[in-house]
Amino acid sequence: MYTLITTISVWAIPTLICFILVYGLIKGLPVYETFVEGAKDGFGTAVNIIPHLVGMMVAVSIFRASGALDYLLAFMSPVLSVLHIPAEIVPLAMIRPISGAGALAITSDLIEQYGPDSFIGRLASTMQGSTDTTLYVLTVYFGAIGVRKIGYALKVGLLADLAGAIAAIIIVTIVFG
Amino acid sequence: MVNLIWFSLIVIGIIVAALEGNLQKVNEAAFEGAKAGVTICFGLISILVFWLGMMKIAQESGLLQIFAKILSPLARRLFPDVPKDHPAMGYILANMSANLFGLGNAATPMGIKAMEELQKLNPDKERATPAMITLMALNTSSITLIPTTIIAIRLNYGSSNAVEIVGTTLFATLCSTLIAILVDRYCRRNYGYK
Repeated sequence: MYTLITTISVWAIPTLICFILVYGLIKGLPVYETFVEGAKDGFGTAVNIIPHLVGMMVAVSIFRASGALDYLLAFMSPVLSVLHIPAEIVPLAMIRPISGAGALAITSDLIEQYGPDSFIGRLASTMQGSTDTTLYVLTVYFGAIGVRKIGYALKVGLLADLAGAIAAIIIVTIVFG
Repeated sequence: MVNLIWFSLIVIGIIVAALEGNLQKVNEAAFEGAKAGVTICFGLISILVFWLGMMKIAQESGLLQIFAKILSPLARRLFPDVPKDHPAMGYILANMSANLFGLGNAATPMGIKAMEELQKLNPDKERATPAMITLMALNTSSITLIPTTIIAIRLNYGSSNAVEIVGTTLFATLCSTLIAILVDRYCRRNYGYK
């Protein structure tokens, strides 16, 4: 199973690249010139994102370093113990939507501390793998086109994250509990 | 909403730091965060430049349009307000499939390109359209078939079965995507969109 999955992930991108190039050539496109023409857009798009990402990363970084995040977690812990949710997992569930790098750090830490095949290790793995960093996606996507009024986008993203976290706890308890 | 969150994160952070007497950490955190933001963007440049080049070939050769046609019944239901042969649809579909195969690196440029195309359809350039929010929702809750990063970490720490979490991850990710779509539909109606 594992070799199958690693094989797929190794082959997926080269196959896609090859397919796009061969198809383009068959259709008589000057593939290199077309590539360069499209690629020109990439730099500008990345540069447009810088102000948005810097702003958001600074805020998240301050919130975490100040200790405010720890207070928020401590404040929430009584509710969680009632629901039989392991307190160790809460920082991960809360940081996942805010900071991708932060979530990855916590996941690695939990796996190192409790072992990858422990309940907490499996739960952390599932949570880490099952959603993306909402705040980052929001910043990058809307930042790239300069949209400032994002409507209900954040609400949708965060509720989906919450659903993902709850689903992870339920399914890991059923399968590995 | 983002205004409020951004403001709260910084101001609450500074107040807590002041009360705790570790304002020095805030100074460091601010610069570290700014640096991380720029580093991420520079990391994005290489990926964006490469994949937008490849996508241009796919677009000019008609590959993107073929692709869009195959998956369009699904996408048309999710994005009813995007004309079915608009270039945005092609990018949206490319983004969705890349996410499905766990090709996050390839998915982001296509998602951004889709956003740019959707922006052309947007009457108010400052305000996100429902289609944009649906696309964002699909991306944050992304259905992941193969969570490669986490499998690598588990192997690293000597897991006896590193891929055993693929099934549970798939279940959790399906739930979050489903909720994202449902909440998106609900809000779409409640915010006066059709």
